[in-house]
Amino acid sequence: MMTETLFGLPTGVDAAIRLLIVVGVMTVVVMALIYLERKVLARFQQRLGPTRTGPMGLLQSVADALKLISKEDIRPKNADPWVFELAPFLVFVPTFLGFVAVPFTIAWQVRELELGLLYVLAVSSVNILGWVMAGWGSDNRYAILGALRAVAQSISYELPLVLAMISVAMVANSLNLVEIVRQQATVPNIVWQPLPALLFFICLLAEMNRPPFDAPVGESEVVGGPYVEYSGIRWSMFFLGEYAAMFIMSLLGAAVFLGGGAWPLGEELGVGWQLALTVVKAGAIIFLMFWTRASFPRLRIDQMMSFSWKILLPASIAQILVTGGILVYNLPSGLEHTLLAVTSAIGVLFVYTAINRSVATPRPRPVVLVRRSEAAR
Amino acid sequence: MTNAVQSDHDFEVQDIMINMGPQHPATHGVFRMVLAVDGEIVRDVIPHIGYMHRGGEKLSETMDFRQGIGFMDRTEYLAQFNAELSYVMAVEALMDIQVPERAQWIRMILCELNRLSSHFMFTGAFGTDSGVFGTAFTYAFRWREEIMDLFEEITGDRLMYAYFRPGGLAWEVTDNFAQRVKYVLDQCRQGIKDVDNLITNNEVFKARTQNVGIISAEDAIDWGTTGPVLRGSGVPFDVRRDEPYLFYDQVDFDVPVGQVGDVYDRWCVRIEEMRQSVRIVEQCMAKLQPGPIMPERMPRMLRTPPGEVYIRTEAPRGEYGIYMVSKGGNRPHRLKIRSACFTNLQALKDMSVGNYVADAVLILGSLDIVLGETDR
Repeated sequence: MMTETLFGLPTGVDAAIRLLIVVGVMTVVVMALIYLERKVLARFQQRLGPTRTGPMGLLQSVADALKLISKEDIRPKNADPWVFELAPFLVFVPTFLGFVAVPFTIAWQVRELELGLLYVLAVSSVNILGWVMAGWGSDNRYAILGALRAVAQSISYELPLVLAMISVAMVANSLNLVEIVRQQATVPNIVWQPLPALLFFICLLAEMNRPPFDAPVGESEVVGGPYVEYSGIRWSMFFLGEYAAMFIMSLLGAAVFLGGGAWPLGEELGVGWQLALTVVKAGAIIFLMFWTRASFPRLRIDQMMSFSWKILLPASIAQILVTGGILVYNLPSGLEHTLLAVTSAIGVLFVYTAINRSVATPRPRPVVLVRRSEAAR
Repeated sequence: MTNAVQSDHDFEVQDIMINMGPQHPATHGVFRMVLAVDGEIVRDVIPHIGYMHRGGEKLSETMDFRQGIGFMDRTEYLAQFNAELSYVMAVEALMDIQVPERAQWIRMILCELNRLSSHFMFTGAFGTDSGVFGTAFTYAFRWREEIMDLFEEITGDRLMYAYFRPGGLAWEVTDNFAQRVKYVLDQCRQGIKDVDNLITNNEVFKARTQNVGIISAEDAIDWGTTGPVLRGSGVPFDVRRDEPYLFYDQVDFDVPVGQVGDVYDRWCVRIEEMRQSVRIVEQCMAKLQPGPIMPERMPRMLRTPPGEVYIRTEAPRGEYGIYMVSKGGNRPHRLKIRSACFTNLQALKDMSVGNYVADAVLILGSLDIVLGETDR
């Protein structure tokens, strides 16, 4: 499997072709995602979104890309030239690496890796280095503030994300993404493991710096954070990386929790159907991300950190312990899975109540009404 | 300027100074504040105002009483009718003019609608400050737009109305006024509900705003704050209630006050004030009778006798006062605008120090400043 090449071409040519495919597909997908986000957000906000460029504004992303490419690439005088200029690459190259292992259908991916899940998670967290470099290299206080926030946040949310995934891998008994998808032919993992699914989604938002966890790039506070000094093509690379990461992580979520190309139509479907299923599932996750962006205010950095360390991390560790405790007894499959589902659902309820209670004290009557007739002071 | 921070580190730690504004997405208008930041904690706030200073008070001395009205719009450009009202009431007090009833009721209606539109603006801007990407803003602006349309129909202008005159109004309102106001009120009720559902009970919003930027009732009084900032701290002071002008003594409304004095209370007070404004407009519409809108005998040229007067009204941001000194003639000898934002802004440092950088943005937002009024 690992040595197989397209049409028996030499390995080098084969690798180049695959690379071109990856970059080409990702660029198109990212443009589509930016357009979709603008349209969807606009609908949430009672607007129309882009309408002028092309039919229904479909060419808006193309126009934006052209504009960004033709803009002057400005580097601040005091910026560290190497760090500043390399940072965008360190953001988007690791993101694109994740593309290698993500399955689009059961048989379609760039490479089937035995440790695919681990690989995707590992490479997707490298880009934080680029953020730090961007923040440090720009010699801008907003940028460094944003970069430090990004690091703190990334470290905090990486742990529950990986731990949640470990629990799923334990149930699937594999780290191979194709294998995990195959096992979900009848029931998706989200049924057996709702708590990891919830943790995954929350950590996903934080890893992508999306609201309500967008303190590193919060416009009303740090004016764009690490990329405040970037312009033109370098700035668009950050954007490319951001949306590519969103797409890849959604594909990962679709594969691990929603059954990818398998559930509910089984795995012996045609490739077209499998692809459609994967895209729809990933699209659902992306839509949820758009939705949260349209409706949530931003968390403060300390609240964000304590949310991760005090609620998400203990919950994910507890989930691993419980999953392991159930799996170790080799129960009959039906009983085992029921137990998993029930315990995990209890975990979801626990997280829900914890979130509710961690919010400030309830005020049943926020304002007191003083009657006009009451005597003036 | 950097301050060495007392800490238990072996090495020296310095605050970094962060310049927020005058061009920053979160400083409303051209306000500039320099934050001394220790990590994420604000240690000091140095506000800089004056970027929009146009010498309004001095300029008003060169304008006669008709022209001055228009200038008041330009100071408080989110609550123009309230600003005009203070000015024309000052002129009326000096000249001892009796304003016809109908004109007074219409003034009340327009002022309260203006309060609604101004508070809608606040909800939108504050929503953006707190990080809702645009949704709060577009929600609020949709309903604000209905009010603006009504104002445009009446005055012919969307921003600088110049509709009040010493003695009454510039011209009669449109024929379908009652019907339009009713429509706008329905829209506003829906709008208040929408904004409330979207933000007020949002867990993240509560976590961000509750117990942040607390100012006690005593401090609020000492700093001279007025309006929702003062009421958010629990002081039931409202010029409309305590020194009724127009016909505020003939309508029924409640004064909302907060219990803690934090950002969340100021938000809730404003939301409740919007509901009360709807109530007031409804009562005004019921009492509105046909009649003259200007006194029968008005001098062709407005000339005030020598004297001085201080008139204050409850604008959406607090007490908007006009102190006018006249030495005779057709223009004021001295005009002083008592700006609600300017005084409210003084409490900013007290509220912000010790909080997070992100909170400083929210606290500034909760003061709801208008730079045109602050700098004049």
